[in-house]
Amino acid sequence: MSYQAPLQDMSFVLEELCGLAQLSDLPGLEDATPDMVTAILEEAAKFAGEVLAPLNATGDAAGLGFADGEVTTPAGWKEAYQTLVEMGWNSPTASPDHGGMGLPAAVNACIQEMFNGANTAFQLCPLLTQGAIEAIAHYADEALQQTYLAHLISGHWTGTMNLTEPQAGSDLAAIRSKAVPEGDHYRVSGQKIFITYGEHDMAENIIHLVLARLPDAPAGVKGISLFVVPKFMVNADGSLGARNDVRCVSIEHKLGIHASPTCTLAFGDTGGAIGYLVGQPHQGLQYMFAMMNSARLGVGLQGIGIAEHAGQHAVAYAADRKQGGQAGVEGSVAIIAHPDVRRMLGLIKARTQAARVLAYRAAAAQDVATRSPDADVAAKAQRRLDLLIPVVKGWSTEMGNVSASLGVQVHGGMGYIEETGAAQHLRDARITTIYEGTTGIQALDLIGRKIARDKGRAMGELITDLRATQARLAATDGDALDWAAQAAMVGQAADALEAATAWLLESGHQNALLPQAAAAAMLELSGICLGAWAMADSALAAYARMTAGDGAAFLGSKLRIAEFYRTQVFPQAQALRMQVTMGAETVLALSPADLGLAL
Amino acid sequence: MKVLVPVKRVIDYNVKVRVKADGSGVDLANVKMSMNPFDEIAVEAAIRLKESGAASEIVVVSVGVKQAQETLRTALAMGADRAILVLAADDVHSDIEPLAVAKILAKVVADEAPGLVIAGKQAIDNDMNATGQMLAALLGWGQATFASDVAIADGKATVTREVDGGLQTISVALPAIITADLRLNEPRYASLPNIMKAKKKPLEEKTAADYGVDVTPRLSVVKTAEPAGRSAGIKVASVDELVAKLKDAGAI
Repeated sequence: MSYQAPLQDMSFVLEELCGLAQLSDLPGLEDATPDMVTAILEEAAKFAGEVLAPLNATGDAAGLGFADGEVTTPAGWKEAYQTLVEMGWNSPTASPDHGGMGLPAAVNACIQEMFNGANTAFQLCPLLTQGAIEAIAHYADEALQQTYLAHLISGHWTGTMNLTEPQAGSDLAAIRSKAVPEGDHYRVSGQKIFITYGEHDMAENIIHLVLARLPDAPAGVKGISLFVVPKFMVNADGSLGARNDVRCVSIEHKLGIHASPTCTLAFGDTGGAIGYLVGQPHQGLQYMFAMMNSARLGVGLQGIGIAEHAGQHAVAYAADRKQGGQAGVEGSVAIIAHPDVRRMLGLIKARTQAARVLAYRAAAAQDVATRSPDADVAAKAQRRLDLLIPVVKGWSTEMGNVSASLGVQVHGGMGYIEETGAAQHLRDARITTIYEGTTGIQALDLIGRKIARDKGRAMGELITDLRATQARLAATDGDALDWAAQAAMVGQAADALEAATAWLLESGHQNALLPQAAAAAMLELSGICLGAWAMADSALAAYARMTAGDGAAFLGSKLRIAEFYRTQVFPQAQALRMQVTMGAETVLALSPADLGLAL
Repeated sequence: MKVLVPVKRVIDYNVKVRVKADGSGVDLANVKMSMNPFDEIAVEAAIRLKESGAASEIVVVSVGVKQAQETLRTALAMGADRAILVLAADDVHSDIEPLAVAKILAKVVADEAPGLVIAGKQAIDNDMNATGQMLAALLGWGQATFASDVAIADGKATVTREVDGGLQTISVALPAIITADLRLNEPRYASLPNIMKAKKKPLEEKTAADYGVDVTPRLSVVKTAEPAGRSAGIKVASVDELVAKLKDAGAI
């Protein structure tokens, strides 16, 4: 079956939980009124369902061609990319000053979720271009902006991020690529690996953003600069000139995202690729970090999109596949009638919805942080965004993997067969917990930069919001839902986050490794507790609509899914709280020999 | 030349249609609604005429409930220039019958004086296939229905029609009514910039009363029922048996 964007849930989350109406009061977002956003999302959903989704399985099966440094994308890929560009979907948030549409990040989150859900391998290309646009728009000088921005925003050219080298993965301090000044430009040389869409045949030019060291650079992370290196040189009149000294030497054979070229790029094999410095020397890593929030939000949305697609696949199969009987029913029943199948589908649904709320709320915080005229409001939103990002990235992608795996499980043996299509979601999801910072890196970011550095302030603000939801739940009655139980859930979530945060801050004083040993559990605990808050808020908003006379069946589902989350997902929070506060020493106590290393 | 395109808001073609429990009609409460697909083809045809220089302005008009303005915005986002919404019902369940719609459209035509009306051949909700023809009769204009190709030249439209057993090409003097069939074109997607521009395009609101048309239904729906479900098949033991059965059924 084909992917259908969950428009109803997306609009519900934007309007009820992200304050879309208030977002459109922010300067520059005046056009993003709810009715306009509905029209935009409906059209984006058509593109996702009718253009991108049909290419997902065919692209996966066909894979990429590679010969003489040229990458050939699967049949239909080029045409779909052209349509994406013509329809203006390449970069919805980009500034209108350079031909962008200036949409809110929260609305873009919906668009990114649906395009990624429909076809992750395809959407990676625009995702990387969006990163390049941000880097150039924020940090490059006027001349570079004039030369590159409009074409990147339209999508006529695409962008890449060149960070990783064989010896420099999670630790970018080890980067060795060099850039030597020469007149008004630099000569860049070195080898970069894992470069997504580093070479392809969908656009006229590819603009590489490359981390490299200047000759006088200090060692480590403080000596890395950022350069723009075009595949084809751009002439003064804007036309394309000679081929630059950058070459794709190979593409990787991967577990998933088969149609997304993962390239090894050689810079400077014949004298040095011409590059242009972005911003100031030695600030490259800082610039990269500034873009990290968008990129990590984007990958989190991949996890959510894949989970949604895998769930749609599984529920369609479960409604169709007949196996086994049930008391009171003649003949065999569709497997969706079996409690365990329904439980699995419920887990996919509930966690996908919870993760969606967190991701869109993070995106909405980004809008407020960048646009609010009130400096205090903007600063608070920035703290919220910074805190949520590792949770959105880490938890949503882990959730995407579990959901895709459950999706296979629902299909039984057929799920293990490639032609069924369920397996592709699992293979494609697998990378999302790795690139743009592994789950382990997200967890360290959460406990270090996001919790320890501000001594738990942002987390405290978040917990205050959980308590407010708890109070609203406690003040709600009506037998549509066990509101007291929901209030208890959110209260326990707030308690658990409070206790875990206190432990992290305290234990870090004793031994810096202790919080690190608890970091992954803290990330998951945060995801589940904030997910509880999200689902409870969803239930409150759905109930408010119901009592106002809205009879949509979807609202009743929201209440039941919130209740399912409370009893089937949230109980893990208690265990994770124990893991955080009681489990770290046992991790540190394990010796390499305990782990099987022969000494 | 001005082109008028009537568009109807109907149940989305992807939605599984449910009959109301009392059999009085189809349940439209909280159901996704979209532009009638044949009307999308009509809008696309008008836009192509404008792009080729044969048309100068495209006016879209919808008769129905307030929410039909979303449908009109979709047409504006595709490329129509302005829109007219004729409010004729409060409840999505009240269908305005083709004759009433045709009468309203005839008044709109009188106001707007278009050189051409392009309509969908029928709406996918009740499949009446009548409004275009009735409008032609009311206006006394020529009609070219079931169009799969349209060319405008020298005050005439040359229209290829999909008829039983083949294609028929006719020439009608303008002004005329053309109704669009499935193969006339493939409607475009609305681009993001055009969706945003559509909001600023004019959308005029009128009522059926403004045009002095009584939209009270003349037909009464006796019963609405779901089609009978597919009955169980049978297994055949051999190819010969299959062939024999197909012959018995008159299939071969």
